[in-house]
Amino acid sequence: MYDGAVQDLIDELGHLPGIGPKSAQRIAFHLLSTDPSDVRRLVETIQTVKEKVRFCEVCGNVAEGERCRVCLDPRRSDEVLCVVEEAKDVVAIERTREFRGRYHVLGGAIDPMAGIGPDDLRIKDLIARLGNEAVREVILATDPNIEGEATATYLARILAPLGLRVTRLASGLPVGGDLEYADEVTLGRAFEGRRVVT
Amino acid sequence: MRLSRIQLTDFRSYSDLRIDLPPGMTTLLGANGAGKTNIVEAIRYLGTLSSHRVSTDASLVRAGESRGSVMGIVEKAGRSLAIEITIVIGGSNSARLNRAPVRPREIAGILRTVVFSPEDIDLVKGEPGGRRRFLDDLCVTLSPVLAGDLADYERVVRQRGALLKALRGKGSETSALEIWDEKLATLGARILRARIEAIRALVPYVSAAYADIDHTGTACSLRYGSSVEVEAAFDSGQARGIEEALLEALAREGPRERERGVCLVGPHRDDVVLSIGDLPARGYASHGESWSAALALRLGTYSLLTATGGPDSGKDGEPVLILDDVFAELDGHRRAALAERASTAQQVVVTAAVKADVPAALGGSVFMVDGGKVTIDG
Ligand SMILES: Nc1ncnc2c1ncn2[C@@H]1O[C@H](COP(=O)(O)OP(=O)(O)OP(=O)(O)O)[C@@H](O)[C@H]1O
Ligand SMILES: [Mg+2]
Ligand SMILES: [Zn+2]
Repeated sequence: MYDGAVQDLIDELGHLPGIGPKSAQRIAFHLLSTDPSDVRRLVETIQTVKEKVRFCEVCGNVAEGERCRVCLDPRRSDEVLCVVEEAKDVVAIERTREFRGRYHVLGGAIDPMAGIGPDDLRIKDLIARLGNEAVREVILATDPNIEGEATATYLARILAPLGLRVTRLASGLPVGGDLEYADEVTLGRAFEGRRVVT
Repeated sequence: MRLSRIQLTDFRSYSDLRIDLPPGMTTLLGANGAGKTNIVEAIRYLGTLSSHRVSTDASLVRAGESRGSVMGIVEKAGRSLAIEITIVIGGSNSARLNRAPVRPREIAGILRTVVFSPEDIDLVKGEPGGRRRFLDDLCVTLSPVLAGDLADYERVVRQRGALLKALRGKGSETSALEIWDEKLATLGARILRARIEAIRALVPYVSAAYADIDHTGTACSLRYGSSVEVEAAFDSGQARGIEEALLEALAREGPRERERGVCLVGPHRDDVVLSIGDLPARGYASHGESWSAALALRLGTYSLLTATGGPDSGKDGEPVLILDDVFAELDGHRRAALAERASTAQQVVVTAAVKADVPAALGGSVFMVDGGKVTIDG
């Protein structure tokens, strides 16, 4: 344990995701020895984020106003909606430059062990959007793990009656990988997710 | 297949150990606590990436260190493969294949081992969990893809259990329970199919091994003890037969599951039923019969793997047979039967505290294990 202020900082940092007690301590001491102007800039950046950035009222992505950049962009297609777990997934998909439709951020995945059920996700908003907008295809891009798969299955089921095209991202081989060296689990799943090409 | 070298770095009691194993029979002799089982565990770990003694990796790393590794050279199908796994406490493990970094699961299964140890008596006398693990290990050896399904299934059972607990006492509300039912049925069906196939392949080998060990003429048999009747669906060959049987059972048990808040249906509730004569081994077999049955399970597995060769090359599936401290447990007759089977194996590693426990007929090389070092005897 350290003196009041230092320990408070370590405790605060320790609450951040992915930061354990050791890292919290390391960051705290790093900040102690950092130039005051650098610390001020960090503090201001954090404050600006909290003041300026919020969640898009349409899709749940991070936004600097009421709506996010994607929702405001008139060139994007209203016909395809990509459903993701977190705003950071939007960033990942945007980086591919493959997708020109819009997003819907659920705010997580169904995860009973963490106490998260369908009602804790932005699913009602999704249904409302599908009722109003011109969406023809919904792409379920939740994570390829058990919770993401369960969420996708749940959504697929409640979306079925709406008569939309519902697709799921294929999970499979890493690009640039050699088939010969792919491990059996990945290769096995790639076979399950194979598509017709002719 | 043959293991020609094993090297331990900060693994269990060893800071740095290298053994060049000659072909055929190798005996490791050393006092209690000298570190014989630690070497056996390292060899097994290199093959399966799991320990037969502990469920978490941390205790495998030498006390006071943060990482430890095992390297081995495997000669198989005319090739020499250097495989290495590094265990990192509080981090993720890393692996290398012929010095190139690969994901750990890519080296799993390159080295095959069958270990027979005194704890194996629990396979006969112990709880069903140990027998399920035995069978799942065999399934993964025969079809490595199953490792992913087993891990996913375990997670589904935990998630579904958490949901059932949350729903306990809350009348009819189901909130996405069907989703988990569906996942449980899909993954469960794959596991059941693999387990039933593995058991059926194993049965003749176990029965034959038991007949070799036990000369009373009593037969030993085994079958899959499923909590849901699925063998008929398996035999029908219908693609979704097992899945549907599981879904039906889930629907039937639903109210009871919700009342108790636990997952009552699925392969995590099953067992492998061993019988000796007309009676179940568990709860009925004598001490000697139990040893014979445990030995028959291991030797049967060894023979099955040798005969099938598995998903990789043609027939080089013969595992390294490891007999850890078991001769002392067996009576003269069972000892002789085990020694005879071992003498036909390509590579065997035997450990014992005293030389007199090991049948002289085995021959081969003898190493002394003492003070963290292993030296060849004579
Ligand atoms: N992580 C570890 N770090 C250091 N030492 C360890 C570690 N794990 C186990 N040991 C030591 O290894 C020894 C046990 O070795 P091992 O089980 O291989 O003995 P053994 O030769 O098989 O004995 P026995 O004949 O009684 O079966 C114990 O003395 C234990 O303290
Ligand atoms: Mg031992
Ligand atoms: Zn938006």
